[in-house]
Amino acid sequence: MVSSSEVSVTPGQESKSLWAHAWATLLKDKMAIVCFLVVLLYCLVALFSGLGLLASDWSKEVCSSFAAPQEDCWLGADIFGRSVIQKTIKGTEVAMSVGFIAGGISIVLGVFLGAVSGYFGGLIDELIVWFYTTVSSIPNIMLLLAITFIMGKGLLAVYLALGLTSWVGLCRLIRGEVIKHKNREYVQSARAIGCSHFRRLFIHILPNVLHLVIVNFSLQFQYAIKSEVILSYLGLGVQGRPSWGTMIDDAKLELTRGIWWQLLAATLAMFFIVLAFNILGDSLRDALDPKLKGK
Amino acid sequence: MSIYQYIIRRLLYSIPIILGVCLIIFVLFNLVSPDPVLLMLGKHVTASQIADLRRELGLDRPWFLQYWDVVKSSFTFEFGRSWSRKQEIWQMIKQGAPVSLSLTLPGFILSAIISIAISIMVAFFRGTWIDKFAVFISVAMVSISSLAYILFFQWYLAFKLGIFEISGYEHGFFECIPYVILPIIIYIILSVGPDVRFYRTVLLDEIYQDYVRTARAKGLSETYVLFKHVLKNAMIPIITNLVISLPFLILGALLLESFFGIPGLGGITLEAVNTSDFPVLKAMAVLSSMAYIVFSIITDVLYTVFDPRVRLK
Repeated sequence: MVSSSEVSVTPGQESKSLWAHAWATLLKDKMAIVCFLVVLLYCLVALFSGLGLLASDWSKEVCSSFAAPQEDCWLGADIFGRSVIQKTIKGTEVAMSVGFIAGGISIVLGVFLGAVSGYFGGLIDELIVWFYTTVSSIPNIMLLLAITFIMGKGLLAVYLALGLTSWVGLCRLIRGEVIKHKNREYVQSARAIGCSHFRRLFIHILPNVLHLVIVNFSLQFQYAIKSEVILSYLGLGVQGRPSWGTMIDDAKLELTRGIWWQLLAATLAMFFIVLAFNILGDSLRDALDPKLKGK
Repeated sequence: MSIYQYIIRRLLYSIPIILGVCLIIFVLFNLVSPDPVLLMLGKHVTASQIADLRRELGLDRPWFLQYWDVVKSSFTFEFGRSWSRKQEIWQMIKQGAPVSLSLTLPGFILSAIISIAISIMVAFFRGTWIDKFAVFISVAMVSISSLAYILFFQWYLAFKLGIFEISGYEHGFFECIPYVILPIIIYIILSVGPDVRFYRTVLLDEIYQDYVRTARAKGLSETYVLFKHVLKNAMIPIITNLVISLPFLILGALLLESFFGIPGLGGITLEAVNTSDFPVLKAMAVLSSMAYIVFSIITDVLYTVFDPRVRLK
């Protein structure tokens, strides 16, 4: 029997919100911080390169054709004597922009269609489900080929093609989550205070599924960058400017002559950013997983 | 509801899907695409030449007839003739399919066995350095472009060291082996990374369940628990994952076929892209979509057979 004066009550600790908790977890995760810095670095490189502050003379002939790594061209030269390291830096622009824009298109499509489909149900749901089942039945490669084929070559076609082929997974996910959230009390309360459908969906429900979107984005980014390489190989990629994809594609002719520098530079450049996003994505998923919150 | 009713339901449901797929293919190739006639004839042609070719290719027919052609072809597999090769497309498919399969089928089986074996081992040693190492390697492997792998291995093992053939193909069950070994190896390397990650997640999800804890508490050895209890339940998502990958085997590993000069369906598709050969592209799209639809039905049915909790609505 404990007298009431001896019972000590732990002052109620207000439990953190998902975001605050995730942020705190991430800050403790050294690997995640390193990866985030890598991503930041790549973004900065792409930005500076785009503004002309870095690698602005990538097209200048600095060494002899296929020169080995040396003084003027640290990672060697390509067939036109252009410095490989300059091309790699310039190529970061294409990679990051493809990753963000194609990923962005895919996220916008997936979230919008998934949310609308899950929230309104009925005919709209049937239509959207029919639509994404149809799109996902056609193999990605075929859709990519078809879209870039139709739109011609160039960066815009790449953005659209990649964006239009990778939204289905996210759409399904968001639809499932919205369906689950739709009947929760907080949504019912929102309705009770007179929120319109739009407000309920976008201002109340969506922020609660945002964590899935963030994790999904890292996957989209990786998919976009790796696919750009394949599109470049198929001749459907970027024209007129260096990209890691075209560099790797060039390597298929260069390797037989023993020229490995373009392949190595582009592969390494891609390796680190994809790896960084991969690890960051995993860390984000662990940090944002509400089931792990209390542990 | 019985299995048969479910299958019928699913088959009926696939009809609007098939119609939708044909619609997308039709829109992409017959409506929105650059005019193939102009692509084929070039710039300096007379109007009557354009009209003639158009009639010959059947492009002046009303849209719904052209759409209906696509739909019909998805059931009858009558795809017409290739524009560039003038061959009957179905013949091309019949020749190319076994070639593609000679690469993808062994690759698929071997990579499945290897991935499952590695993931079981990793699940057994979960938390130890073996586990962390395997995860790190899988993640690292996935971060390298497939093109880089192909180029590197083709250059190093075939060109420099001369262990394998650089490219080419010979028909025949045994004759094709030397040409197909290196692509199969690369195929396995490309699949193992993502597969091991997925299977490991599946296995670990099962291992942390309460019934496994009970089994261990009963005194069963770790190995027994792993193989008798965990594996059986984990096999459900693993097998469904495997089954749903089957239709992609038919299209062949596009890149591998292209680099290694293997005349399979993937090579045919790429050639069609380069020559703007619409009938072939449409045929490939229809074929692979139909295969995917059929296999997703099989997967769903298998899932309900394996998992009694998932009873059909």
